[in-house]
Amino acid sequence: MSKFPVDRIRNFCIIAHIDHGKSTLADRLLEMTGAIAKTEKNKQVLDKLQVERERGITVKAQTASLFYNHEGQRYLLNLIDTPGHVDFSYEVSRSISACQGVLLIVDANQGIQAQTVANFYLAFEAQLTIIPVINKIDLKNADPERVESQIEKVFDIPREECIRISAKLGTNVDKVLQAVVNRIPPPIASTEDPFKALVFDSNFDHYRGVVANIAVFGGRVKKGDKIVSAHLGKAYEVNELGLLRPDEHPTQKLFAGQVGYIIAGMKDVKEAQIGDTLYLHEQPVEALPGFKPAKAMVFAGMYPMDQSEYTGLRSAIERLTLNDSSVAVQRDSSLALGAGWRLGFLGLLHMEVFNQRLEQEYNASVIVTAPTVPYKAVLSSAKLIKNRRAVQKNMVYIDDQRVMMKYLFPLNEIVVDFYDLLKSLSSGYASFDYENAGYQAADLIKMDILLNGRPVEELTTVVHRERAYSTGKAMCERLKDSIPRQMFEIAIQAAIGSKVIARETIKAYRKNVLAKCYGGDITRKMKLLKKQAEGKKKMRRIGNVEVPKDAFISVLKRKEK
Amino acid sequence: MMRRTLNAVSRVLPPRLRHFSGGEVTEDVSECAASPQITERASLYVHWPYCLRRCSYCNFNKYISKENNDHIMTKCLQMETETLLRLSQVSCITSVFFGGGTPNLAHPSIFAAILETVSRQVNLSDEAEVTLEVNPTPAGKSRLEDYCRAGVNRFSIGVQSLQDEDLKSLGRDHDSHEALQTIEEARRLCPGRVSVDVMFGRPKQTVESWEIELSELLRVCDDHVSLYQLTLERGTQLFKQVECGAVTMPSEDVTAEMYQRARKTLHQHGFQQYEVSNFARHNSVSHHNISYWKGNQYIGVGPGAHGRFVPLGEGGVVREARTQTLEPDVWIREVRHWGHGTRRRLQLGHLELLEEVLVMGMRMTEGINHKHWEMFSPQTGLDEVFGESIVVQELLQSGQLILDDRGLRCSWEGLALLDSILPALLVELERQISPKASQGPL
Repeated sequence: MSKFPVDRIRNFCIIAHIDHGKSTLADRLLEMTGAIAKTEKNKQVLDKLQVERERGITVKAQTASLFYNHEGQRYLLNLIDTPGHVDFSYEVSRSISACQGVLLIVDANQGIQAQTVANFYLAFEAQLTIIPVINKIDLKNADPERVESQIEKVFDIPREECIRISAKLGTNVDKVLQAVVNRIPPPIASTEDPFKALVFDSNFDHYRGVVANIAVFGGRVKKGDKIVSAHLGKAYEVNELGLLRPDEHPTQKLFAGQVGYIIAGMKDVKEAQIGDTLYLHEQPVEALPGFKPAKAMVFAGMYPMDQSEYTGLRSAIERLTLNDSSVAVQRDSSLALGAGWRLGFLGLLHMEVFNQRLEQEYNASVIVTAPTVPYKAVLSSAKLIKNRRAVQKNMVYIDDQRVMMKYLFPLNEIVVDFYDLLKSLSSGYASFDYENAGYQAADLIKMDILLNGRPVEELTTVVHRERAYSTGKAMCERLKDSIPRQMFEIAIQAAIGSKVIARETIKAYRKNVLAKCYGGDITRKMKLLKKQAEGKKKMRRIGNVEVPKDAFISVLKRKEK
Repeated sequence: MMRRTLNAVSRVLPPRLRHFSGGEVTEDVSECAASPQITERASLYVHWPYCLRRCSYCNFNKYISKENNDHIMTKCLQMETETLLRLSQVSCITSVFFGGGTPNLAHPSIFAAILETVSRQVNLSDEAEVTLEVNPTPAGKSRLEDYCRAGVNRFSIGVQSLQDEDLKSLGRDHDSHEALQTIEEARRLCPGRVSVDVMFGRPKQTVESWEIELSELLRVCDDHVSLYQLTLERGTQLFKQVECGAVTMPSEDVTAEMYQRARKTLHQHGFQQYEVSNFARHNSVSHHNISYWKGNQYIGVGPGAHGRFVPLGEGGVVREARTQTLEPDVWIREVRHWGHGTRRRLQLGHLELLEEVLVMGMRMTEGINHKHWEMFSPQTGLDEVFGESIVVQELLQSGQLILDDRGLRCSWEGLALLDSILPALLVELERQISPKASQGPL
């Protein structure tokens, strides 16, 4: 490995809009360079998580080092597969920082899409070489010529540079490899320089600690070396290091220009901060420009089904976030559901994947609610100022195709579904960022929920006056659907002070008895009755009304799409 | 070792004495189900699974037979009867019920044969109630006399409706006129011992049309009426029809009203409601069905039949819930091979048994009296189980439940809401009984 001169190394990643074929191309490249055997089963080898396989999406970027022979020379190609979904664009930007070039894949029928553009900008701003690859030319509706025109017009890349391939069939994939060698520059790094590496990803392994993915920008590092993290100033000893092929291949040393992994006794992924610089203890270097941490866009409350499962859920969340530092975690509590968390995600898919992983990998069953937003109450009503929900502050045209708009929003309005709706309304092209503008006075009121006249403490909410009716009505409807009928009528009301603003009624049973119950019928009936008896034990009594826990959950949980 | 010795001893000694013959002196409460007064007797249910066609609402275990299996079916019913009687070790059968399917498709000699098998083995009194379910077609009617000769002394006629249109849409194979004739003939043969089954809550039915139908029925019926609310069961044709919107059922308010009106009307005509759906004049109740509701043992013979008894014959000490194999062909094979086609056997623990006693007993208007409860729960009386609970207090206050020196029962209003009351009662029962039931059977 030491004999690998830097000029025969190429670091590149594959970027594209979702489903345009990144992972399939990665499969082909791995096959062609012998990293994996050529079989039918090599479908998206790099997608390791169960949730990735099930949904057919890449969630975490994976890395592989490939050996490629070209014109009598041996090259080391370091490939990084990236997620295509908009939620995970952060993963993409991290991977790009470790590369010198990208393969920008575009579907030969769909053409340029939102993420194609977003990813292009990421690569362009990082001044990487961009190789446009038009994929899926084997399909009936493929129109590579049209797509080449698009690429020329939108990205200003000459059409001759496009490579038309079918990743599925392997057509022209060898040309891609050649382009990587020929067009992407080798990393600028010298093995003579002091050791300097960028951490562009990290994983937590229970037995070995933090495994950091690094791109070596200078010098060399070997087992036993003492290295320092620029961010924390802490020193570690290198236990193990090696290449990813895509599985771990331990080696003695890593050299400038190479991409691989390193294990150095770190216990927490926060010790291997993305964007951090590593150097040798005796030879400190200037840190590489780091990253801004990803910002949470979609929030949700998460609670265990039952408080007895709290510790189990807590450790599951801890373990999952060990490997996903883009999830913002904060403790929270609800009267109805007990102790839980408020979590922030990069997007709705990120949240769904997180939930799915919680259930599949950690067997946790979770109640997901719309999160609470902190309010400061000022008791003197003279100070309340009427406020519109969003106030436009600014609008700027970036170019003839993009406009940037700045608004002042109450946090409550964006905390639930705003980001997602924005993305879907703009077909993914719009992007969104926010910063805290502090507390502002607003016209808020306390709304009670009553059952046959008795208030249900857990469901009391603070709402903006304009929202009160719709929120109250929605809550009453959900309660109506989830409280079982009883032998008397149940009046569900939403009230502000003594004024009832919404109401639903659950009719009383007039007849509820099984018509026939002879010898054979008893078994089935007993099952049902016993189930109801079990349910009764878990109900809360509000006055004479029996309310199952599910009713609270259904009122508090996130609305389904 | 101890267990086997004790079991062997149990075959010789009456069950009660087992407590003193050694082993632990724990009071084995589950063995009250094994007290002689309970295990000495049982009622017998025999299932004839064949029908000519399937009614749109029916989800019973019934089959349209392709070839004539009657002979082999009879032989197997006899065999299974013999085997299970022996297994239960009852000394007397208190009543017999031939249900189905359409039992009156079977030749009368078949029932004679089965009754004979019973008499050979155990005491079957001449006074014992022997009921036959009858589908009121002309063919059925013509055989009634022969059934009487074969030993049947009570008829339960599935009239369902007196509206010809409804009979057609329900998939019945007779009309109202034929039904009325069958009732007449049955009354002639077994006066005072004829029951009529009618359904309410049928599609397109109104409260008014129901009242008219009832009065028509009351003119011709005998001393026993069973009124069933039509229930939609998954997998039936009617269910599918309702699901796709071809048929609408009357609303809940309407069916509740129909039920209450029927109860009143029958009462006015001298009928006493003795169970949720059963009404009798001159005390001509169904002894067989009462047997179910009182928690007595019963033996189920035939495909899909259910039973509840202690298999003393193999050293059992605990009442079992048993189900026979559903599919006739498979059942036949099993009976031929093993002597019986029991598919499922589940031991009933002390609590489970009491739960069944509670749920079944509360269906009767007289409810559960203290003595009856004591037979199954000698240590914990009704007052102890239910007296303290807040929920029960509320039900007593609101007049749906009655707990007095007679026992526990629903009021007139409460009976219609029984299934809303039972879960609360079951919670209380579990609370009071469960800690004691942890001392399980031997």
